[in-house]
Amino acid sequence: MNLLFYISSFVAVAATILAITRFHPVHALLYLVVSFLAAALIFLSLGSPFIAVMEVIVYAGAIIVLFIFVVMMLNLGKDTALQEKNWLRPKVWIGPSLLVLILLVEMIVLLLTAEDTAMHVTVVDPRNVSLALFGEYIIALELAGFLLMAGIVGAAHIGKQKKKQLHRFLQAEVMESV
Amino acid sequence: MPPFNVHTVLIVSAILFVLGLVGVLTRKNVIFMLISVEIMLNAAGLAFVAAGARWQQPDGQVMFLFILAMAAAEVSIGLALVLQIYHQNRSLDVGNITALKDEPLHEEV
Repeated sequence: MNLLFYISSFVAVAATILAITRFHPVHALLYLVVSFLAAALIFLSLGSPFIAVMEVIVYAGAIIVLFIFVVMMLNLGKDTALQEKNWLRPKVWIGPSLLVLILLVEMIVLLLTAEDTAMHVTVVDPRNVSLALFGEYIIALELAGFLLMAGIVGAAHIGKQKKKQLHRFLQAEVMESV
Repeated sequence: MPPFNVHTVLIVSAILFVLGLVGVLTRKNVIFMLISVEIMLNAAGLAFVAAGARWQQPDGQVMFLFILAMAAAEVSIGLALVLQIYHQNRSLDVGNITALKDEPLHEEV
């Protein structure tokens, strides 16, 4: 279990670094799939097999497929990769990265100075998870259902192809400029 | 191989979160920013599951399921917005999305 955790977390970090530095959107998405699968293995080594399965099905399955559909619909190809290459210069990324790295070091130091306990991995099976989910968390579960419904309706409404409609102030501006 | 501690898992989750944050801060393409947000949500879920595993309680996994539902709703809305932005602007550069930008104030006197 320990070896599984260390190897999969290394793979997760490496794949995530590759995913955020790729120029081509499809390459980034493929590395993101690897990162999610590695995260699923981390969940497995933490003793939560149900979450590992959900990670593979929902994250690596559904969400990545949504991204790939959008990349296909927008036909993002070599031009986007070239543009990304132009945008992602060291001058751009080195400032934020250094500042965020300082925050990460602070966090790690804080974690290491606190009292630590060894992980006793015991498997929490789906039965217990669903008992908690449909027992004490039933209100939150229904609210999550509301959220998903609002997400579907909102996505269908926003994604509808309609004529470009300008606000009335902007319309007046366009009239003036013509 | 040493047995892993609670802090090791939290450090891994913090590293993943920071990588997502760097992605959001440095990228200008909306799709890459959405990908980085997904990485950050996944890292937060990892911290929840680690905390649940520390106490051998199912609550952490329940929280991860809620994060999962939220991420699914967020990404569907976000990608619909990306499609609209592309149809209005013909580009995915966040620097071009300036419809809400105010005009500079006229200097009086």
